[in-house]
Amino acid sequence: MANAAPSANWRAIAPWIVPLLILLGWEASSRAGWLSTRILPEPLAVAKAFGDLAVSGELWTHLRVSLWRAAAGFGLGAALGLALGLLNGSSRRAATLLDTTVQMVRNIPALALIPLVILWFGIDEAAKLFLLSVGVFFPVYLNTFHGIRSVDAGLIEMARSYGLSGWALYRDVILPGALPSILVGVRFSLGLVWVLLIVAETISAQAGIGYMTMNAREFLQTDVVLVGVLLYALLGKAADLAARGLERRFLRWNPAYR
Amino acid sequence: MPKDNQDYRAGAHLDVRSLTKRYAGRTVLDAVNLRIEPGEFVAVVGRSGCGKSTLLRAIAGLELPDAGQVKIGGGGQKPETRMMFQDARLLPWKTVLQNVALGLKDGAERARAALRSVGLLDRADDWPAALSGGQRQRVALARALVHEPQLLLLDEPLGALDALTRIEMQQLIETLWTARGFTAVLVTHDVQEAVVLADRILLIEQGRLALDLDVGLARPRARGSVEFGGLEQNVLDRVLQTHQSA
Repeated sequence: MANAAPSANWRAIAPWIVPLLILLGWEASSRAGWLSTRILPEPLAVAKAFGDLAVSGELWTHLRVSLWRAAAGFGLGAALGLALGLLNGSSRRAATLLDTTVQMVRNIPALALIPLVILWFGIDEAAKLFLLSVGVFFPVYLNTFHGIRSVDAGLIEMARSYGLSGWALYRDVILPGALPSILVGVRFSLGLVWVLLIVAETISAQAGIGYMTMNAREFLQTDVVLVGVLLYALLGKAADLAARGLERRFLRWNPAYR
Repeated sequence: MPKDNQDYRAGAHLDVRSLTKRYAGRTVLDAVNLRIEPGEFVAVVGRSGCGKSTLLRAIAGLELPDAGQVKIGGGGQKPETRMMFQDARLLPWKTVLQNVALGLKDGAERARAALRSVGLLDRADDWPAALSGGQRQRVALARALVHEPQLLLLDEPLGALDALTRIEMQQLIETLWTARGFTAVLVTHDVQEAVVLADRILLIEQGRLALDLDVGLARPRARGSVEFGGLEQNVLDRVLQTHQSA
C-alpha cells in the first residue's frame, strides 16, 4: 500500500483535504471563542444565513437585480466593442480615423470616472450601466480589432482565389479566424464585469448583492456580508465557465480547446 | 485508382508575353515570354528568389504585372484556373468536406467525389488539424480539382513533405493529370520532381527564362533509369552553374 501509485480516488479527494481542514479549523476557533463573530462568523452561521435568505426570497431578489445589471452592462459594452472592433479591423480608413481616439480613452480607468458618472447620471441604474459597459467595451474592442487584423493573409488570399468575397468571405474566413481572439476578450470582460458591479453596487443601490452586503455591514451582520462575498465569487466562476463553454463550442476545430 | 470515364474539360492554352514585375526597384521578372500548350505539364525550376513563384502568382492573377500580359485560353469564356499553395491553406474551422466544397453551391456530392479521387473520403468529417501534412495537401488538391480546372498552378505544393509522401503525391498528381488532361504548371526547387512529372522543364534565373528543355521520357518514369539520371544531372548542373557564376 505504501508504495502503490496514487489511485484515482486519492487524486479526486486529495485536493479537497486542505480546504476542509481550514474550514474545520475556522469552525473550531469560532466555537472556542478565539474568533469574534464581529470579525468572522463561523462557517455554519454563514450557511445558515444563506439558507434563511434563500427561504425568505430576499436572496433571489438581490441576485436577480445584480444578474440583470451585469447582463445589461456586459451586453451593451460587448456589443459596442464588437461592432467598433469589427469596423476598425475591417476598414483601414475607419481605423485611421478612430483607433487613436479609442486607444487614448482606453487609458482612463473606468472606476476613475465614478465622480463624473455620479454628476452626470445621479446614482440610479443609468450610472451603473454606464460604468459596466465602459469597462467591458475596451477588452472586447481591442481583442476583436486584433483578431480581425491577425487573420492569416494566406487564407484570405486562398479564399478570394476560390471566389469568396464580401459577406461570404467575412462569414467563412475572417470572422472564424478572429473568433479565438474575440472570445479571449469576452472571457476577460466577463471577469471584469463582476469587479465593476461590486464597486457600482457598493456606491449606492436599493437592491442587489452589493446593497445586501452594505446593508448587512451597518447592522454588523458579518454572516450576511460573507454570503454576499461568496455569491460574487460563485457568479464570477459561473461566468468563467460559461465563457469556457463558448470557447469549447465555437473553437471545436482547434485542438487547444478540446 | 478508381477508373473514371467522366468527360473532363480540355486543358487551357497559356500565353505569357513580356511579363515584367518589379518590387521596390528590383526586377523580379524581366520580360518573360512563355507559351504552354493545352494539356502540357510544365515544371519551372530555379534557385530560391529567382522569380519562379512570382511568375506563377502573376499567371494566377494574384500579382499585378508591371508590364506584359498573361492570356489563358483562346478567348471566349474564362477558363477555370486553380492554384495549390505550398502550405495547404485549409480553413481550420471547416471540416475536410466543407473545405473541398469551398465556393461551390450545393457542391457536397462533387466534393465527395473529389475526396474519393484523392483517397480521403473516409476523412470527410474530420477537422484539418487531425490530418498529416501529406493528407492536407491531398485535400487541397481535391479542393482544386472539384472545380475541374483547365489550368492547375502548383506552387511547390510538395516542398514541405517527407520523401516518401512526396513520391506518393507525385504519383497521385500524375495519375489525375493523365486522367483529366488539364494544363499544369509546377513550380519546384526539386529537380528530380520536375523530371518525374514534366513534359517540359523551364529554368528561371535572375527573372529570365534561361532554359527550356523537353523531357522525352516515357511515363511512368523510372527514377533509377540511366536516361532519367542523366537528364536530372544535366538540369542540376545547369542550375548550380548559375549559382557559381552569380
